[in-house]
Amino acid sequence: MSEAVTAPRPLLEVKGLRMHFPVTEGIVSRRLVGEVKAVDGVDFTVRRGETLGLVGESGCGKTTTGRCILRLEKPTAGEIIYDGVDIAGLDRKALVALRRRIQVIFQDPYSSLNPRMKVGEIIAEPMYVHGIQPDAGKRTARVRELLSVCGLNPSFADRYPHEMSGGQRQRVGIARALALEPEFIVCDEPVSALDVSIQAQVVNLLEDLRAQFGLTYLFIAHDLSVVRHLCQRVAVMYLGRIVELADSDELFDNPRHPYTKALLAAVPVPDPSIEQGRDFRPVQGEVPSPINPPSGCVFHPRCPIAVEACRRARPETREVRPGHFVACDEVR
Amino acid sequence: MQPLLEIRDLHTEFRTGAGVVRAVDGVSYSVDPGETVAIVGESGSGKSVSAMSILRLIPDPPGRITQGEIMFDGRDLMALDEAAMRQIRGGDIGMVFQEPMTSLNPVLTIGRQLTEGLEQHRGLDRNAAHKRAVELLNLVGIADPARRLKQYPHQLSGGMRQRIMIAIALACAPKLIIADEPTTALDVTIQAQILELMKELTRRLNVALIIITHNLGVVARYANRVNVMYAGRIVESGTAHAIYHDPRHPYTIALLRSVPRLDRPRQMRLDPVDGQPPDLTRLDEGCAFRPRCRFATDACAAARPALAPVGEAGHLAACFRSNEIAGEGEAEARRVVPAGAAA
Repeated sequence: MSEAVTAPRPLLEVKGLRMHFPVTEGIVSRRLVGEVKAVDGVDFTVRRGETLGLVGESGCGKTTTGRCILRLEKPTAGEIIYDGVDIAGLDRKALVALRRRIQVIFQDPYSSLNPRMKVGEIIAEPMYVHGIQPDAGKRTARVRELLSVCGLNPSFADRYPHEMSGGQRQRVGIARALALEPEFIVCDEPVSALDVSIQAQVVNLLEDLRAQFGLTYLFIAHDLSVVRHLCQRVAVMYLGRIVELADSDELFDNPRHPYTKALLAAVPVPDPSIEQGRDFRPVQGEVPSPINPPSGCVFHPRCPIAVEACRRARPETREVRPGHFVACDEVR
Repeated sequence: MQPLLEIRDLHTEFRTGAGVVRAVDGVSYSVDPGETVAIVGESGSGKSVSAMSILRLIPDPPGRITQGEIMFDGRDLMALDEAAMRQIRGGDIGMVFQEPMTSLNPVLTIGRQLTEGLEQHRGLDRNAAHKRAVELLNLVGIADPARRLKQYPHQLSGGMRQRIMIAIALACAPKLIIADEPTTALDVTIQAQILELMKELTRRLNVALIIITHNLGVVARYANRVNVMYAGRIVESGTAHAIYHDPRHPYTIALLRSVPRLDRPRQMRLDPVDGQPPDLTRLDEGCAFRPRCRFATDACAAARPALAPVGEAGHLAACFRSNEIAGEGEAEARRVVPAGAAA
């Protein structure tokens, strides 16, 4: 989305990001038979200190977008301008320095913590790898401090991950991400593996940490209700593209793109008086394969308002209201 | 009306290295013919184990149903032998599980998995079973059924697989379907399609449905009655309206408050249930929710409160202070704004 860049400069600017994965066939001689266009031309910015939500269904490319920003993938094309520097093509050595500034919190608090390491070692490892806090005593003190910042008893440093609940493990994952004092954290579905009553605790912790340490988040999630409450702005992805981007309340109160509308309508709210009276027709069909996406607008086969032109041309992203971007030619 | 299913004082426990876990600790409820009952709770609350106990699908060891009575359609399921029980499973009671990939057999065609039950339970021959399988796929909205019947589960998408599961559950014209987190593994738009399909079919065919879920939105949309479970017990039971608009158990109140709502403006901070879920091996004689409860008193440590009538007829809550805390949930109900999101 080509947002009018008025001062101050955003912390992160993603322009024309593409990540295509090869699809091969054959065991001995691998032949290239196609490409998965996981991310196919994505533009957005993240302002310093904000939480930008990236939402969409499985396979829409939201996680791949996050992995490109973390440079766990090398993008096929496009620019990722972080604090004025294009990091899309950086080499390994330059990336080490970058990783001190950009950290990640993963979805699954079970598989993302090494079961053979104590919690204290898990949190200290990034400091050890990056050679900060070489003094073991100071490092231990820092681990204890990080644990208590994340709402855990410092004595948890001596425990193993399997001795903790899902919510506690996710706090360990957050403490590890904070160990290097990063500015920017990619949160990839950080609460979706947690129970409802624990989700709210972790969401509040993330919000408190953002305020306390001036953090900036890219919050990747499929749970729209959590995103509405945590994010200032939200981008909706479908099949590798951003179809709509706006301020949180604007997006949820005045969705314009037919896909966003379908997505919001599909979420039942916890109130039987509203739900049991609601006339509801779910959007038909399933997400097409990103190997062979539909022509023109990728949503047209499922779209209730599609016209002939939608099959031919990829819609331009337009600013329909200040700060509200929609990639659909049929909405005014 | 005679209930279709009546469960009385069900106890299921698991013997583990850390001690005996009373996964289901005295659960009683009933399901009327054609009714949709939701069982809500978090991981470890006993919601799945209580449903699997109805079908006597508890792995023994380590699990065991130690006590209880399960009356289904006039028969005591606890008294049936294994052969008779097999006729019930997939026959009069259909099942839909969470993970359609792991609950379908990967080496059998869709057609075989659909016809197996029809041949076993209803004595149809091959041709008749095949004809019925085609009908069933049409019923669950799968196009080109003849081709699909020859395919294997891995050739289908997640949503399609769950439609197949529903077709299998409906195959023998059951009176009850037990659906354990049927849409948790699916995307939101597919979840909506599957739930609407289940609602439409259970209504049309007058099949009762027990839906086990942690999603309070799904419950609000689809359930007639709701049982809220915590630490192996039902802590509150009532109509969907009573549970959401007049909750009388502190856990229900806290749970409803903690859920962010899509139809409310951005609130920055949420209102979580404090503390951690209980360790089921270390429960004492008091109320299991007490350590996390805002209303707990000394009395709550001495004994676990029993389910008792509160509010409207049929509304039960297991809390000593359920009458005092009436209205705590009302403040919540009044905050309701029109569903702007439901465009």
